[in-house]
Amino acid sequence: MNIVLELVKVLFAFVLVMGIVPLLIWLERKISAWIQGRVGPNRVGPFGLLQPLADVVKLLFKEDIVPTNADKGMYFFAPLLAMVAPVILFAFIPFGPDIVLADYTFKLQVCDFGVSILFFMAVLSTAVFAVAFGGWASNNKYSLLGGIRAASQLVSYELILSGSFLYILLKWNTLSFRELIEKQAAYGWTIVSDFPFSLLFFILFFIAALAENKRAPFDLPEAEPELVGGYHTEYSSMKFAMFFMGEYIAITVMCFCMSVMFLGGYHFPGVVDVSGNFLNALLGLAVILAKVFILIFIYMWIRWTLPRFRYDILMRLSWHYLLPLTVILILVKALI
Amino acid sequence: MPGIKTQEILVNMGPQHPSTHGVLRLVIKTDGELVTEVTPIVGYLHRCAEKIGENVTYDQWIPYTDRMDYIAAMGNNLGISLAVEKLLGMEAPPRAQVIRVLVCELNRVASHLIAFGTFGLDVGAFTPFLYAWREREMILNLFEMLCGARMTFNYIRIGGISFDIDQKFIDKTKEFIEWFEPRIKEYNDLLTYNRIFVERTAKIGIISPERAISYGLTGPNLRASGVNFDVRKDFPYCGYEKYQFNIPLGRDVPEIGAVTGDCWNRYYVRIEEMIESIKIIKQTLENIPAGEYYDAPKKIKPKAGEVYTRIENARGIVGFYIISDGSEKPVRAKVRAPSFINLSILPEIGKNVLVADLIAILGSIDIVLGEIDR
Repeated sequence: MNIVLELVKVLFAFVLVMGIVPLLIWLERKISAWIQGRVGPNRVGPFGLLQPLADVVKLLFKEDIVPTNADKGMYFFAPLLAMVAPVILFAFIPFGPDIVLADYTFKLQVCDFGVSILFFMAVLSTAVFAVAFGGWASNNKYSLLGGIRAASQLVSYELILSGSFLYILLKWNTLSFRELIEKQAAYGWTIVSDFPFSLLFFILFFIAALAENKRAPFDLPEAEPELVGGYHTEYSSMKFAMFFMGEYIAITVMCFCMSVMFLGGYHFPGVVDVSGNFLNALLGLAVILAKVFILIFIYMWIRWTLPRFRYDILMRLSWHYLLPLTVILILVKALI
Repeated sequence: MPGIKTQEILVNMGPQHPSTHGVLRLVIKTDGELVTEVTPIVGYLHRCAEKIGENVTYDQWIPYTDRMDYIAAMGNNLGISLAVEKLLGMEAPPRAQVIRVLVCELNRVASHLIAFGTFGLDVGAFTPFLYAWREREMILNLFEMLCGARMTFNYIRIGGISFDIDQKFIDKTKEFIEWFEPRIKEYNDLLTYNRIFVERTAKIGIISPERAISYGLTGPNLRASGVNFDVRKDFPYCGYEKYQFNIPLGRDVPEIGAVTGDCWNRYYVRIEEMIESIKIIKQTLENIPAGEYYDAPKKIKPKAGEVYTRIENARGIVGFYIISDGSEKPVRAKVRAPSFINLSILPEIGKNVLVADLIAILGSIDIVLGEIDR
């Protein structure tokens, strides 16, 4: 019985994250259109909601091209990794309060163990391999440049992410996402309970998350005016779609992570408690989704407003400003 | 580590590449992200426009000039018309002269809007491009109202213009100006003073005034280097001397770190030129003389001789050199295309910059391939 419930939960989490992706693609188009004074997709389905579906169908029917002299194994492996890694990340995210069924506590989280933040970081850093492999294996100079850019960019900004995780550890003394939310429910959300630090770390984390997800203004690995498509120049058909979906899944997971770390996750004062009935779990899910979508909206807003950084400016920003700031803040926090 | 060596890679940018603005091909040698050498290769859009000009009558050549600088085609129309008029020893009627200035300046605004938008695109800002497109669309609608064409007009003819303007056109133009003027501030807020944008463009691809002159740069690229030369002011045609307008020049802007002749100045000179063009358009609208708008001999058959005229188009000086032997067709026709000459400086300033800078420099030079290859 339990194993069936667990499987249902895994399936639900998977469907949730895969269901968010087309919605995000649609949202991105609508928001960009809104910012740019256009209409956006409005033909396929109500409000163009089925547009992503049409895109997938189109991509499925495209020819799948493998460049000559491409490193076949790596070429196939890269998009797989790009998509699977963020999906795995989602396993650690609690997306609702517990549901208590008679004698069984049903956790709305695929897997919860004591050091889930540590594991989250570990899986997160595999993202760089997908891009670097993709860039290398395509046997294309643009891809190679994109891959190199991506590798150095992701490595530099991951340090800032790790710094923020370290701060969370210092502040709440836990490495479990679930406990994190419970503590925030009890003592107030991170962002308000530890005001100057938490806000600074939130901003640092947000910037680093933008860079980690290769979103504008940090989308150098795929800067189309310079590198055509960057690391995915040679990819077509579903392999390209996997890179594309992987990016959106990664964004979703990052926003989930941010809302859990800084914004109290599924907790909202007065609306959601941790009592464990079914309605409450649904409310919790709605709350965390609302937070995630607000963050995603900011992601998109930034993307369609700002120009792109240049490679050296990006590196300078990370190593000269953000990273020292993170280290100093952690030291100060640790001393206090 | 022994046995591992680094080498420069040769990247072929184009002819199909998102940022080469057409079918330009750049062969670049890169050392990692650093460009050590860049060679532009042109000719993918060659359509023998000059040779065709020698095989058709003067009037028939005008539509072909449209297709050279297709972004600012009015200027090309005007150039050829003025050249042939000079050869014929005649002048267009005053009404036509004023309308010519009006449409040329409108076209200059449209062209600079594209330059502004695509430059934003080159440095990774997508949204300003669509804003620019929105405004340009209004100008194109005006042109459509005027002559039925939106890009290749064939509007300015030898001896005048092909269609007269009416009150509706004037009203619509005023409406456009009213809408457009506040937009400049919007562009500045969105892009010009954006911190990332300034970082990307200030002190990049600096062209000194001497170098700009020695490479024969014209138009906004020359003026961004601080050289005050504009054919409209220095050698006025079509009555440009009657209008009040300034020539925007590139300058050092210490607050944001821009220096004369860098990409930021080349970009900003265009924004300022749009403001000046709007000033000229306002003045022309106030005062359009009545009378004939087209007055040309039945048969255009100039005496034997040669002529060179130049006009200030959006990208610089468009020159038409025509040799006539007294027949209906020119013996030799040569066009001085500003984009072609402006592009010649790219190997010089595109050296030892980052790949992203090279794209910014190319975008700031603002070329049109139709004109380069002709």
